[in-house]
Amino acid sequence: MTDATAQGPDASRPERSGSLIALDERTRRRNRSERRFRLYGLIAIGIGVLALVVLLTSILSQGLPAFQQTFVNASVYLDPAKLDKNGTRDIEEIKKVSTFGYAPLIADAMDRKMESLGIDPEEFGLSDKDALEMISKEAAAQLRRYVIANPDQIGQTVEFRFLANGRIDGYYKGRVTMESAERDSNVSPAQLRLADELKADGALGTYFNWDFITAADASENRPEAAGIGVAIIGSFYMMLVVLFLALPIGVAASIYLEEFAPKNWFTDLIEVNISNLAAVPSIVFGILGLAIFINYVGLPQSAPIVGGLVLTLMTLPTIIISTRASLKSVPPSIRDAALGVGASKMQSVFHHVLPLAMPGILTGTIIGLAQALGETAPLMLIGMVAFVREYPGAPPEGFFDPASALPVQVYNWTTRADPAFVERASGAIIVLLLFLLCMNMIAIILRRRFERRW
Amino acid sequence: MPLLWIVLVVLGLGLIGYLMGRSRALGSAGGDGRQLHSLPSYYGWHGFMLTVVPALLMMAAWLLVAPSVIENRAAAGIPDAKIAERGSRSLVMAEVRRTGEALDMAVAQGTMDEDMARNLRADFTDVTERLKATGAIITTTVDQPILEAAQNYRVMAKASNLYMSIAVLGLAVVGLVFAFMRSDKDFRARNVVEQGIKAILILASTIAIMTTLGIVLSMLFETANFFEQYSWREFFFGLNWAPDFRGNSELGMLPLLWGTLYISLVALLVAVPIGLFAAIYLSEYASPRLRAVAKPMIEILAGIPTIVYGLFALITVGPLIRDWIAQPAGFGNSTNSVITAGLVMGIMLIPFVSSLSDDIINAVPQAMRDGSYGLGATQSETIKQVVLPAALPGIVGAVLLAASRAIGETMIVVMGAGAAAAQMEQGLGAIINPFQAMTTVTVKIVSQLTGDTDFASPETLVAFALGLTLFVITLGLNVLALYIVRKYREQYE
Amino acid sequence: MNDMRPLERAVETKEIKFECRDCQVYYGDTHAIKDVNVDIEDKTVTAFIGPSGCGKSTFLRCLNRMNDTIDIARVEGSFLLDGENIYDKRVDPVQLRAKVGMVFQKPNPFPKSIYDNIAYGPRIHGLAKNKAELDEIVEKSLRRGAIWNEVKDRLDAPGTGLSGGQQQRLCIARAVATEPEVLLMDEPCSALDPIATAQVEELIDELRESYSVVIVTHSMQQAARVSQKTAFFHLGNLVEFGETGQIFTNPKDPRTESYITGRIG
Repeated sequence: MTDATAQGPDASRPERSGSLIALDERTRRRNRSERRFRLYGLIAIGIGVLALVVLLTSILSQGLPAFQQTFVNASVYLDPAKLDKNGTRDIEEIKKVSTFGYAPLIADAMDRKMESLGIDPEEFGLSDKDALEMISKEAAAQLRRYVIANPDQIGQTVEFRFLANGRIDGYYKGRVTMESAERDSNVSPAQLRLADELKADGALGTYFNWDFITAADASENRPEAAGIGVAIIGSFYMMLVVLFLALPIGVAASIYLEEFAPKNWFTDLIEVNISNLAAVPSIVFGILGLAIFINYVGLPQSAPIVGGLVLTLMTLPTIIISTRASLKSVPPSIRDAALGVGASKMQSVFHHVLPLAMPGILTGTIIGLAQALGETAPLMLIGMVAFVREYPGAPPEGFFDPASALPVQVYNWTTRADPAFVERASGAIIVLLLFLLCMNMIAIILRRRFERRW
Repeated sequence: MPLLWIVLVVLGLGLIGYLMGRSRALGSAGGDGRQLHSLPSYYGWHGFMLTVVPALLMMAAWLLVAPSVIENRAAAGIPDAKIAERGSRSLVMAEVRRTGEALDMAVAQGTMDEDMARNLRADFTDVTERLKATGAIITTTVDQPILEAAQNYRVMAKASNLYMSIAVLGLAVVGLVFAFMRSDKDFRARNVVEQGIKAILILASTIAIMTTLGIVLSMLFETANFFEQYSWREFFFGLNWAPDFRGNSELGMLPLLWGTLYISLVALLVAVPIGLFAAIYLSEYASPRLRAVAKPMIEILAGIPTIVYGLFALITVGPLIRDWIAQPAGFGNSTNSVITAGLVMGIMLIPFVSSLSDDIINAVPQAMRDGSYGLGATQSETIKQVVLPAALPGIVGAVLLAASRAIGETMIVVMGAGAAAAQMEQGLGAIINPFQAMTTVTVKIVSQLTGDTDFASPETLVAFALGLTLFVITLGLNVLALYIVRKYREQYE
Repeated sequence: MNDMRPLERAVETKEIKFECRDCQVYYGDTHAIKDVNVDIEDKTVTAFIGPSGCGKSTFLRCLNRMNDTIDIARVEGSFLLDGENIYDKRVDPVQLRAKVGMVFQKPNPFPKSIYDNIAYGPRIHGLAKNKAELDEIVEKSLRRGAIWNEVKDRLDAPGTGLSGGQQQRLCIARAVATEPEVLLMDEPCSALDPIATAQVEELIDELRESYSVVIVTHSMQQAARVSQKTAFFHLGNLVEFGETGQIFTNPKDPRTESYITGRIG
């Protein structure tokens, strides 16, 4: 230990600036670098938060207009001579009249509307046909649905709100301008001027559009009629399948792994598989679904049951991981207490541990469901991008009917040419995000309300 | 009999099993529950379990095995010449299945009766037209061998369903009777039920293994088919991606792999610094108030579905980059670009990197920081020279996991990066511009497998080879990352 | 060289290094240190003893403002180091800690090589102009830490690979490398075996030649062995402070006596 004093004690102490109160140059420099470093951190957080804000505002500003729609108000005479030639009011007879049969009624209604307002389309350089084009091609179908639902109205004159053409609607949402209308074969500036005139007279207006939420998808050239009803039902069916499969299977698997599994290679194999599956790209699950459920088992394409199965397999690891965490958080003393009064291991788990872990399990399940709800890629591979007009039936048969899903519907719309569909897609995203928000809120409330600290 | 009905009947039998087992056990104890070995309900559950579980398992097994057996036997009747003519057996079988479905539809619509559907001959009647009239998808003319096979197929499918119903219900009844016979006051019902429940639990936990197996097998099988038709050398080392459904496709994977790696790299260049700095700030500097606000906000980014990011890339970021950077600077005029997809994907990965890194930085013992502060180091010096080196393995693991995410991401690249494969043959200059559209492995899997697909052509099957490649790459990254992170955690436990 | 020690000891140049007056420390609502007044002399080993939770470590951590890193800790009173209050707003704790080094209870070498562990302080404080000087500082510090002979052949090996006792001496050498004027030691031997403890104690005695050393210890024998001054803390109060010999043989306060004789603790 002699080397400790090898150097003279004072010789080793260099002269410092002495006072602590005066900062030396080096310390100042180091403090500047400290502040810089801190700033980088703040900037990083700022970018993250900014990205979130920009993302949400961009989607909101693009999507909110989808909930509003331009309609033309007109009173339609439901001519019995056209709709019910025999006068029997037999619903089957009425159904036989196709949408073509309704078109003249609408033309008639528009004519009278213009007349009553003292507007002559000719003044705008428009023929009657041009003026009629301002109404959506979906209007006839709209009217037909109404008549079939209310056959007793035949022979009456009813006030009706017709969907305006997508371009007219776009005009009031800033998507279409007079300049762009010049170059557009689907709309002319004259039609826009006529629309302004109608709006001034109150015959045309913008209202909240429930149909966007409830209606089915519509074809390429009538974006104004497209809705997310079928997609919502499809997504809902899939969530049901996921809930009823993933929750029991996930809980059963977690109970085994956490409470019963011996430490051996088989358990390790399961564990490795679970943690790996949690990170496998979602599209791979889509390939699995296509190859096994559709090509091999022969389940129908585009069906919620297939989507639900694929999403179940995807969600299982999430649910298992969170369930195991909440089982683990139940202290061993609870198990010992149950075993101590003569309960079997199985009874102690099912009677005591599982109920205590339930809030955590449900929270994890909801979060897993939320993940599954937003998943797109695997569903595209099992045919859910198909154009689906019909609502799926009631469960259980409905699980096998073709349906769409919210995120896939969004993708589907972005691939279409008309920019009106971008607005629809953003609107659908808002609905999707609202669902996710609700689910996460429920999860947070569950966690807050039932969280136990041992 | 429809599946649902079989299940309901089996469950009904299970209920009967419950009641019978319980009452017989109670009866054997003279109605005094205390004489029984187990609680009365255990005898009931014993009955229910023996009735329902074997029956449903058998049904599942039947459903899994039957399709391939039926298909094999239906295919046996098709002459080899026919198979040679259409290219492959699976192609012919697809046709057989479609014809079978068309016959079903014809019977359901009443345009044919059952007898007719069974005995129809393509030589005498115009089957193709009549089947098309039902609205079924019939692409080629239905000729005699196909029709015969389809008729066989239908008959066997019907028979299989019937046999299955009988077998399943029979098994349920046998189980019920067996359970009933066993129920006796000295019978250890609880132990048996618990063994049964444990078996079910084990079965549930093996689903993870079966999923992995399913993924690997389904892709291996189709990939093998693909390599029968297309040289593996050209797939793995080909520099050109030009699928053509009329044949003579060039299906080189390298351009797609390049696109995938390039976009992932851009994404990581965005996500890693931002995520890491955010994690450092949140774990080392932020006041509890800021942390309580900023951390959840950044984590919201992780909860947003990728389709939202895709739309964001498509309608906001893409046009912005084109109008403000790419076009003025003359780099290109596509809204789809590597940089768009990379940037948006980077944003998506920020919370991924930051929350993992946050955990890892927090796992570095405080003693390490104290040692550094005690020597007069500033906080940033401590972080840069002590905390980060100590946390490095964990952070590397986090970055690898993020990379695996980026490589497997689909929607953002589908909507943000475009569908044009990198022009690798034209040299590095042509593929390095980040403002050009470029496609990835995942995009091509989607585009080759959606729409009208023909599972016999290499253009469709290539998707499985791509999927397998993707799976292997991400599997490697995940296993490596999980290993590193686990080793890291053990170090400080 | 051993003959320098009596020579040094004979010269009574014991100026006051730290002058602490009316010191209070609060952890949230808890009043952890109450009205402590103590003078710490240069070139002396001062020991803080007392039962667990008495505040001795807390007080030690006030001397180089390590409590700043704990959010809820609040320090009041005046701590004068060479006449300057270290809690003055203008004082940078970083500069202070370069002057007042610290060694912790558990050896905490950085996950770096032995060389880099020692060179860490000199590097951040810019004590070496070039590599040769740095090498010199590292060697000198390792010698002072009495560990040079054990590690000189493997300076590139990780510091975490050493034994517990070696790690603690490495940490002491690391603290010494920044040329502090005061060295704070928070129970430096509590994680070590008896042989390693003896080595470290011997080292502390030698360090007294150059530094003012403050050591917190659980072990009264250790305080008696290594220190010249001893302070006894109890429930956040400084009960008694004086020459080590006097505290252990003739305590003035009954509480000190109870503690030393093992009746409270």
